[in-house]
Order: sequence, then C-alpha cells, then structure tokens
Amino acid sequence: MPSIGRDDVARLADLARIQLTDEEIDRFAGEFDSIMDAVASVSEVATEDVPATSHPIAMTNVFREDVVTTTLSQEQALAGAPEASGGRFAVPQILGEE
Amino acid sequence: MTTAPALVDYDDAIARFDPVLGIEVHVELGTATKMFDGAPNIFAAEPNTAITPTSLGLPGSLPVVNRKAVEFAIRIGLALNCQIAETCRFARKQYFYPDLTKNFQTSQYDEPIAFEGWVDVELEDGEIVRVEIERAHMEEDAGKNTHVGGATGRIHGATHSEVDYNRAGVPLVEIVTKPIPDTGGRAPEVAAAYVRTLRDIFRALEVSEARMERGNVRADINVSLRADASAPLGTRTETKNVNSFRSIERTVRYEISRQAGVLDAGQSIVQETRHFHEDTGGTSSGRVKSDAEDYRYFPEPDLVPVAPSREWIEEIRDSLPELPAARRRRLRGEWGYSDLEMRDVINAGALELIEATVVAGASAQSARKWWMGELARIAKDREVELETLVVTPAQIAELQGLVDGKKINDKIAKQVLAKVLQGEGDPAAIVEAEGLAVVSDDSVLTGAVDQAIADNPDVVAKIQGGKVQAIGALIGPIMKATRGQADAGRVREIIMEKLGVG
Repeated sequence: MPSIGRDDVARLADLARIQLTDEEIDRFAGEFDSIMDAVASVSEVATEDVPATSHPIAMTNVFREDVVTTTLSQEQALAGAPEASGGRFAVPQILGEE
Repeated sequence: MTTAPALVDYDDAIARFDPVLGIEVHVELGTATKMFDGAPNIFAAEPNTAITPTSLGLPGSLPVVNRKAVEFAIRIGLALNCQIAETCRFARKQYFYPDLTKNFQTSQYDEPIAFEGWVDVELEDGEIVRVEIERAHMEEDAGKNTHVGGATGRIHGATHSEVDYNRAGVPLVEIVTKPIPDTGGRAPEVAAAYVRTLRDIFRALEVSEARMERGNVRADINVSLRADASAPLGTRTETKNVNSFRSIERTVRYEISRQAGVLDAGQSIVQETRHFHEDTGGTSSGRVKSDAEDYRYFPEPDLVPVAPSREWIEEIRDSLPELPAARRRRLRGEWGYSDLEMRDVINAGALELIEATVVAGASAQSARKWWMGELARIAKDREVELETLVVTPAQIAELQGLVDGKKINDKIAKQVLAKVLQGEGDPAAIVEAEGLAVVSDDSVLTGAVDQAIADNPDVVAKIQGGKVQAIGALIGPIMKATRGQADAGRVREIIMEKLGVG
C-alpha cells in the first residue's frame, strides 16, 4: 500500500512552491494516504494487458496545418502584466537558478 | 566551498582515465509556426509580438500540434536510423522559471517519437565513429530572459529579469545519445564532429537553418571519467548550451582535466549542470542536477497521442534527401578528388561552395583551385569563414570561364577577384569596365615588342646567340608595359618572329 509521509508532503509542497504549516502537513499526509489507497484499488482490475490511459477518448493525431494565425500585439500581450519594461514582461530575479 | 583541485594536464588525464561522452542536441525546427499554436516562428522580431494567447499560456487557450513539426521530427528520426513510435504522448515537465508562463514545458517523457538509432561521424582524418542515439523527442522552446540590474548601478542592486516570449513554443527536437565510449583522447574531437554531423543532416533535411550562432542548434555536453573501459560509468557533469564547435571541444577537454583533478584529490564528481565560459575556456558549477521525479512529468491532458501511420512514415522515408555522408562519397567520385583533397575541402567548409561552382559551369579542379587556394588564403588573412566572403560560386565560375576563354590570365584573374570581393560587380563586367582583357591584338603587342627589343640589345644578342630562354627577360618589360594584360604566348611568338629564331 502506498504511504505518503510528512516528508513527501513537505517535498511536494516545496516543488510546487506552496507554503504549508506543520499542521497542514500533518493533515495532508493523512488525507493523501486515504486518496492513494482509494486510487490504488484501480490496480486490482488494471492488469498488465490493460494499457495505461491518459485520455478517456480514444483519439489520436489531432493536428493543425503549419499556417500563421492572428497574433497578439505587444500592447495586448503586456496588458495583464503586473510590470513591463521595454516591451518585455518584468519579473523578479530568481536567484540561485539559471 | 573548498578550493577546487588543480587541473590535470590533458594528456596525463587521458593516459590514466577513460572519458565517456553523452550529448544532447536541441534543434529549432524551421516551421512557419510554433509547435502548439499559429504564432509565427521567426527570429528577432520586436519582443512579445510573435505570440498568441497559447504562447503565453493564457487561461482558456489550448495547444494544437503542428503537423509539419511532427513530420520534421520523423524526418530527423529516420535520418538518424531511429525507430518511429507507433504511438507517443506529450508530457508536462514542471519547473518554475519565467522563461515559460505555464510553469511547465510541453515535452515528451517516456514515449519519444523516435528512439534507438545511430549515426556515423567522420573525424578529420577520416576515422568513422558510430554514435548510438537513445531517443529524439519533440518539445517547445522557452522564452528569452534578459537579466537587468546590478550592472545598471542602482544603489540596492535591485535586480529583475525581462522576458520576451517570441521564442516560447518554437518547435524543438532534442536528440539524446547513448553513452559514447572508447573515444579516448579524441573525445573533444568526437563531440564536436558529432554535433557538426547533426547540423549538416538538419540542413540537408531542410528541417532547420541550423545556425549555431543563432542558437538554432544547442548542445549540452555530458562528460564522465572512469578508470578504464571495463569500469562502470563514472558520475557525469552536464555543460549546458555550448554553442560552437570550438567551444564543444574546449568544454570536453576542460572537463576531462578538471574531473581528473577532482578524482586525483580523492574527491567525488558532483552530478551537476555546468556553464562554459568563452573567455577562460573553463566551466563553472551551475545547479545540482535534480532527479527526474523533480519535474513530476505526467501526460499532457490537453493533447491527444500522436500515432503516425506506417504509410505516413514510409512516405516521409521516401522523400528523404541524399544525406551528407552519401553525398560526399558521390561528389568525391564525380569530382575525382583524392581522399585527402576531399577531407581538406570538407574541413575548410568548401564543399557546398565548390559544388555550386561546379553547377555554375566550372570544372571540379578549377573550382577547388579557387576555393582552396586564393579564396582560402584571403579568408585566412581576414580570419573569417570561407562562406562569408562576398563572392558567389557563380562569380567564381564566371571568373574561371574568362581564364579558360583566354580573355584574362591567372594574374589578372586574381586582380579581378579582389575587385569582386570589394563589391565592384561580376567578373566579366569588371574586366569590361576596366579594360583588363588580355591584349592579343598584334598591333599593340608588336609595338611593345619593338620597344623591348630596342631597349635591351644585350638580351637580344643572347637570344640570337642561341640562348632562347633569355626571352623571359624581354617578356617581363612587355608585361609591365601592358599592365600584365599581354597574351604571353602571343608575345613570345612575335619576339621569335622578329628575331628570326625558334
């Protein structure tokens, strides 16, 4: 049976950039366990001859032709930006990463 | 941080360690539009203008796969002798960085479109190294960050970045090799030759302009060392975005020397990304490599699987052009060059230029003579690549045509070439405009011959006394008098007639 411990929750929260309190970590660890147990019941029927399914509808090859469509203007593109500079989105420097 | 151990001399490192390479090459596809939306795929537009709501990942926008990009990916896969997946999916690769707005890059994870291939790489001396390809997968490029601050002189150095998303969503194919063993001291050369081989293939396939300097082709270079070929693989480092062949060689060389130093000091190699520095030729530590799980890949729910039909794949296979290696073999045969001549031509980057010159009407030998002789010398003097010289293959063929037609001689041809390189026009027009054509008009030549005979009685006496080779001493002043344009053969005949020898 899968088990999601406090460390796993803390790591996931960190990866997802979500700040959790100790209480929340405790609570989520328990809830995740229940969820994982429930999901794990699928594996009781999903035998090896059942392919992994990522899409509920059996559809493939939805393509578009390589044709240019309407684009946004720079003004439209930046309309929702909290800050812009020189036609670019201004974002906080993320230190310590490339 | 402790001080980094000293670098080990390259030859010493190679004598005691066995390097293993792994190379990831990203190529930007030359489609008209992006991978998942209809924004134009162009370079150097005004920032944030080549974008749609999908390029920006705006709420409510949905990606749709570009059929042409899939076709190009399959072309690349087939050219690299890969198998093409019966079905494959896109996946979200999740990371937080503002070069993409969605907090994930749409990529492929466990189901690449192409896998299990190989490509033969020819080194400068003709040795062939077979590089095994692990996979080639489709993904989207990211936007471009410009880091501002610090250097702008603000008191608090309040830094921020500015992002242009024109490149976000441009179709990429990433090609990953299997570990490349057994290259020994030639590892740097193999790495560069491999990327060059791919670059040439991309161009032949017409899937990308593949210009390194524009970042159309970018290489991540993995290097590890082990005691010998029977030992398990050592811990590798990955030097990101190395963008020229020379930098690739220097990166591999440096990493071999650096890692040997670390291992000699009894320390372990840290699995990390590193950055190459053009100015020092060294690499520096970037971030510690995250495990694959950190990206929390999962199948992209907004895109259905790609399942290329076998018919489509065969159609694409049939449409593949002749690949560079086969083409070189064919041209060498057609042109009658020796192996060595052909390698020199390839290494000088003159293959396409010579081919075009031959197509324009020159013989293979004369085309080679120009590009590998006078033009190579000029390019070397100017420290530029041959292909950047301002002269077209058609102009070279025209120039040679003037020589072959005895309109100008070799010496004048070089003068004409210099004028072509200065942008003065086509060779024939220059010869016409400047009156450089060979003078074979007897009335003009006879006058010059008479003058030379009158000026050089000693020489004349020698010639008449039987020393026919002294004729050269008369031809010199005549060439000078005619600015080098006299038809030397005709001049000789006239002198012999006049002096009654021969």
